[in-house]
Amino acid sequence: MTAATRAEGQRRWAPRPLIANRTARWLVRLLVLAYLAAVVATVDVNWVRVAEGIERSGRLLGQFLRPDFASRWSDSRIGILESVTMSLVATVAGVLIAIPVSLGAARNLAPLPLYLATRAYITLSRTFPEVIVAIVFVVMMGFGPFAGLLTLTFASVGFVAKLLAEDIEDIDDGQLEAMRATGATWWQVVAFAVVPQVMPRFVGLSVYRLDINFRESTILGIVGAGGVGATLTTAMSRYDFDSAGAILILVIAIVLVLEYLSGYVRSAVR
Amino acid sequence: MLEIQGLVKRYPTGDRALRGVDLTVPEGQVMALIGPSGAGKSTLIRCVNRLVEPTEGRIELDGEDLTRLHPRSLRRARRQIGMIFQEFALVERLSVMENVLSGRLGYVGFWRSTLRRFPQADVDLAFDLLDRVGLTGFEDKRADALSGGQRQRVGIARALMQAPKLLLVDEPTASLDPKTSRQIMRLITELAQERRVATIINIHDVALAKRFVPRIVGLREGQVVFDGPPAALDAARLTDIYGDEDWDERPEVDVDASDAAEPSEVAA
Amino acid sequence: MPVRTVAGRRAWQRTSARTSALAFTVGVALLGLVLWSWELIARQTIWIFVQDAPEQALNLFERMLPPRWAYAEALLRPLWDTLNIATIGTLAGVALAAPVALLAARTTTPHQSVRAFALVVIVASRSIHSLVWALVLVFLVGPGVFAGILAIALRSVGFIAKLLNEAIEETDPKPIEAIRSTGAGPGETIVYGIVPQVLPAFAGISVFRWDINIREATFLGLVGAGGIGLQLNASINSLRWADASVILVAIFAMVLVSEWVSARVRSAIT
Repeated sequence: MTAATRAEGQRRWAPRPLIANRTARWLVRLLVLAYLAAVVATVDVNWVRVAEGIERSGRLLGQFLRPDFASRWSDSRIGILESVTMSLVATVAGVLIAIPVSLGAARNLAPLPLYLATRAYITLSRTFPEVIVAIVFVVMMGFGPFAGLLTLTFASVGFVAKLLAEDIEDIDDGQLEAMRATGATWWQVVAFAVVPQVMPRFVGLSVYRLDINFRESTILGIVGAGGVGATLTTAMSRYDFDSAGAILILVIAIVLVLEYLSGYVRSAVR
Repeated sequence: MLEIQGLVKRYPTGDRALRGVDLTVPEGQVMALIGPSGAGKSTLIRCVNRLVEPTEGRIELDGEDLTRLHPRSLRRARRQIGMIFQEFALVERLSVMENVLSGRLGYVGFWRSTLRRFPQADVDLAFDLLDRVGLTGFEDKRADALSGGQRQRVGIARALMQAPKLLLVDEPTASLDPKTSRQIMRLITELAQERRVATIINIHDVALAKRFVPRIVGLREGQVVFDGPPAALDAARLTDIYGDEDWDERPEVDVDASDAAEPSEVAA
Repeated sequence: MPVRTVAGRRAWQRTSARTSALAFTVGVALLGLVLWSWELIARQTIWIFVQDAPEQALNLFERMLPPRWAYAEALLRPLWDTLNIATIGTLAGVALAAPVALLAARTTTPHQSVRAFALVVIVASRSIHSLVWALVLVFLVGPGVFAGILAIALRSVGFIAKLLNEAIEETDPKPIEAIRSTGAGPGETIVYGIVPQVLPAFAGISVFRWDINIREATFLGLVGAGGIGLQLNASINSLRWADASVILVAIFAMVLVSEWVSARVRSAIT
């Protein structure tokens, strides 16, 4: 309580509450309770099905833990290869496109109309999940990894450009001013004052995005945009959980390798 | 020769940083600009190379009016004007050599500079300047690995790489300790005089200005209120510039007379 | 070394010959890898469909515009479900992540083998995409919101536990020592020594993950795990593109609002 109340010479103490105002505190509690009640009322759970599921999950886990790499090996191999190549090309293409976009999205370098246009693109590409973008690209380009490649490139540009632009906005103005004062052109100012300052972050973002792209590439196949997702869904829909387990283990292994790689590269470019 | 006539700068906020400044700096003259914070010292020198756009007035460098230049000719004019900064403004993650060579950016094309293929003549000049400022053997050190005094030496070399007609120096010693400050001031004034570069040094340390610079200009609220040799800058004049203060309280005696014997080439 | 003496003059290069050669080799290898990857993708692509893409895109936009705004009313319930999947899923994820993080942190883990197990849980949860979790859970507990909530929860565990684990390992050891020296047991040490230190980070991470989960909850419906993705899937399958564009606008608005709320809450906590 906010004040210690004295009752017959005894002082009572309780921890200070998170929300100081008493009414607000009760209001928040009430709202949370009302929300939870509304959720319980609207989410219907088929408990019989869930009970079955608990029983099934034991079997499923057993199958996952005894992965079968052999029976779908050729499909899995092609799928994994497609996922890796898609994410690699998309990361390189996305990062290359993101460089000019990030210059446009940095308020200290770009004129206002260009800034607004690039920011609009960034918001659009960051808001929609990759799968949903992939659906649209599949409709336009047909099935296959090309649609996935475009999806991942589209998303990578927005992601890298946004974070890179923030970094560019944070650079030291003194260095910009000094380069301008030598009579350097705008491009020379970028090459000498901006590039060295944002390089470590840029490399870090690129390898981080490669990691994200690979994770996303594993599910784009569900909507027909290439990668191992197609094989994975097929395996699951036919209850081949031992094959699905094998694919997931491969995915986890590659993610681990990528995380290690990204850590190594990031510490190398300090 | 630099000639400034009726220079006015009004910021969009309405602040009048400069209210009609007239100033002439002949070739090879070193001049110190003193005055309280907010007097417009920094604005004045930034108007000259138009890092800040002047509102009214003329600024002529060897007869060319800098205030009317379009971007391309402005860059051409800027490469003749070297600048030295308070916080050094080195590109931290580049090597000393790259920082010094960046002084040639106005002369070298985009690809040559970006690929670091500077003409050998520029590289020769850079080595000579590094020797002159006392940083022989430092060319591969990264700028962020240097001490303050060493960084400012790199900043000086970079400005002189431009082979400037005019040197603008913005509070060169404000981030340095007293001893390094003297070394840096000595280096700047010596180099300016030996290369006959007209030089304006903004400096808030009056003692340092009086000691190293033959001409002192006092700025107050955007106007020139004093212009003369250090000897003419007495307590009354200082009151004109800075306002009331007991100016004789602090002795003007050298703290260490011994430092005159130090070679200025020593890396701080 | 970059500095050489050539005919009595000192020449300078940015990098030594060896570094340049190394950089060149790595660059060429990377380029080769990217080109090979591209070649692989190109071979899997039916280029006639891609040539057709501008036409398809135009056609798609014609069918999407104008959006059939009247459909928006039917989206209120799916949006409510999406919100619940994200919110309840995050709450469940948070509840599961806290113990996992305590078991995984070097400073609080009871035993190295327990720590290894907790780290495996974190990696598995993070590497497997929420859509894959959703596929598994739809199989286990049947299609619907409940499967979505569980999918989000299981996917969030790794993310929250990883960041929380880092926060715990960074806690100041001195207060913990002080509390131990009062004779407190391990549980009390956690409650009094660690919880107060990591609570703000924990709250921030949870809100951040909630915002990501809103975005993820929008597509879980594609595999039947509830939320607005269900409607998106249905409208696309039956080629009701004017409805699909209303759904896309709704998703866009929801993600933007959640991002704004999350940013506000996070800046209020820290």
